[in-house]
Amino acid sequence: MTVDAGWPLYEVFVRSKRGLNHVHVGSLHAADEQMALLNGRDLYTRRNEGVSIWVVRSDAITASSPDEKDSFFAPSGDKVYRHPTFYTIPDDVPHM
Amino acid sequence: MTATTDLEADFEATVAADKRIEPRDWMPEGYRKTMIRQISQHAHSEIIGMQPEGNWISRAPSLRRKAILLAKVQDEAGHGLYLYSAAETLGVDRADLTMRLITGAQKYSSIFNYPTLTFADVGVIGWLVDGAAICNQVPLCRSSYGPYARAMVRICKEESFHQRQGYELLLTMMRGTAAQREMVQDATNRFWWPSLMMFGPPDTDSPNTAQSMRWRVKRHTNDELRQRFVDMTVPQAEMLGVTLPDPDLRWNAERGAYDFGDVDWAEFKRVVGGDGPCNEQRIANRRRAHERGAWVREAATAHAAKGNSR
Amino acid sequence: MNEDDNAYESLAAAHGGEERWAFGTGFDDPLAGVEQAVPPGVDESVRCLKLGDDALVLSQRLAAWCGNAPELEDEMALANIALDLLGQARLLLTRAVTIEPALRPAAAPPSVPAEDAMAYFRDERCWRNVRLAELDDHLDFAACVARLAVLTIWRLGVLGTATASQDPVLAAIAAKAVIEGTYHREYATGWLIRLGDGTAESHDRMQRALDAAWPYVDELFADGDRKEFDAVLDAVLDAATLHRPGRTARAGVAGATGRDGVHTEAMGYLLAELQSVARAHPDATW
Repeated sequence: MTVDAGWPLYEVFVRSKRGLNHVHVGSLHAADEQMALLNGRDLYTRRNEGVSIWVVRSDAITASSPDEKDSFFAPSGDKVYRHPTFYTIPDDVPHM
Repeated sequence: MTATTDLEADFEATVAADKRIEPRDWMPEGYRKTMIRQISQHAHSEIIGMQPEGNWISRAPSLRRKAILLAKVQDEAGHGLYLYSAAETLGVDRADLTMRLITGAQKYSSIFNYPTLTFADVGVIGWLVDGAAICNQVPLCRSSYGPYARAMVRICKEESFHQRQGYELLLTMMRGTAAQREMVQDATNRFWWPSLMMFGPPDTDSPNTAQSMRWRVKRHTNDELRQRFVDMTVPQAEMLGVTLPDPDLRWNAERGAYDFGDVDWAEFKRVVGGDGPCNEQRIANRRRAHERGAWVREAATAHAAKGNSR
Repeated sequence: MNEDDNAYESLAAAHGGEERWAFGTGFDDPLAGVEQAVPPGVDESVRCLKLGDDALVLSQRLAAWCGNAPELEDEMALANIALDLLGQARLLLTRAVTIEPALRPAAAPPSVPAEDAMAYFRDERCWRNVRLAELDDHLDFAACVARLAVLTIWRLGVLGTATASQDPVLAAIAAKAVIEGTYHREYATGWLIRLGDGTAESHDRMQRALDAAWPYVDELFADGDRKEFDAVLDAVLDAATLHRPGRTARAGVAGATGRDGVHTEAMGYLLAELQSVARAHPDATW
């Protein structure tokens, strides 16, 4: 079985609806920019509307110092599943 | 060498202070290797885990359940991707990790080497398997390695809903027909012990634990987590009305915890070693998907290259 | 109980009060604030049924790609499209039955919701999807892309027209489906172009897959205009360096095709699998 080189790595930055700027959320592999954008939406925003995404080839990024901290993306206020569903779990079920 | 000793001292101090190690920080080679192995195997587990659950999407008995299951399996793909992404910050390439999975050089959680035989299995996997995974994973949100800890926070959030989805399905089935109740009990009988095995071998049999705890890669021992899982799950089983298949299970007031029977470690070793009901099939499927997709990946690369040279 | 015992509590503090929800792409219910009553003299039941069946059958075919996609990112994308279509199908089939209760199959127990009655207890001859949606692509990505590109280009046009429906529920469903469909079309045509204009092998495979799907295209336009479809498709084929196949339409049975409930042999297997568990437990609630 051949080991193909694989698609290049892209870093993904997301600005959520209520956010002020783009934050780094992770990476993905894509063959081109259009694919990276679409895949980035699927993977990091579940296509939440009003969210802005940037994708940049990882090898195009120059980092300044070893102490650079990657931003933390917490999906606060963003909903990441597909369809809203109610789960009626009785209040007295422990640990759930 | 002084330089390395200083870097090493910094590393140790950062970890001891419960702070994060980031991708561009110096780290001992052993730490890097351990993290790569742990994160990759976690990623592989998410991807392989899509198979036993994906098995029931086409036959889900209501459209709502179909949607929930499809979303769940999609989440698992996403979790795998977040984790591969975290592993790549350590200097490995995802294509290489995929090779290691397919060739058996790296492992995945052996719970996925069991077949899913009824729709109740979907609920039980959510309740027990995701439940056990959460027990394992919440502490990892405080893992010393930054990208891994952050991926874990996102994963845990999504996984807690998976567990609820599974449990809610089981509640619905237990309130349903006799056939549904039997299905739930049967699925529980088959998945209970393998779920306990998810926490790994007993502490007496785990040589890597001490070093992993020092590096804050692991925050609790296997037995500690296993006990915690049992204590959380027994009341949930009682609420459901299913019997856990362990005649030795009983509350120990002195310990403030449940006593439970002996796990069949011989079975665990066999399944982890490759001799489980679905090992070959899981890997073969992953390999086939990867090989079948080669021409597609090559085409995309070729197309992109054309775009670049115009 | 410490924070480690309940993953949800320890992590979801920011969400306060939403413990019982699964996340969704926003909670914007497409039918929020939409008048539910069926306007007098407006019967869109058949249109809803056709659109709903197309969506459900195509969703079922796409879901088969779980664990089989050419790259993990495509797992996400295909599952996303399958979920969108499933969501559309649920709303459309429900609406069809609301407008015309006679559509609901008698075999379905009364406790079963309309969407499930339609999906699980209807026999094949009552399904009104186009045949192109039901074909088994046998996990050949070229076949998947050929079918998906044609259907998504076409469906976006059809949904666009449906946003002007006099039935407010259909119009609302269509409005959301257009947003989703734009992404679906972009995904599918993106791949059509990459594969058409990729390697010699991918070009070959893509042309053959297009040729195989082509006889089922005319059927899409039994009650619609195809100018916009042809314009979009021709532009995409051009970018993909593919040519429009010259093959004639696949015959129906005395002219009857999918829209008339006369399907290919693949449909029987699709329904057998889809309906098997629900039919084995007809009195169950899931």
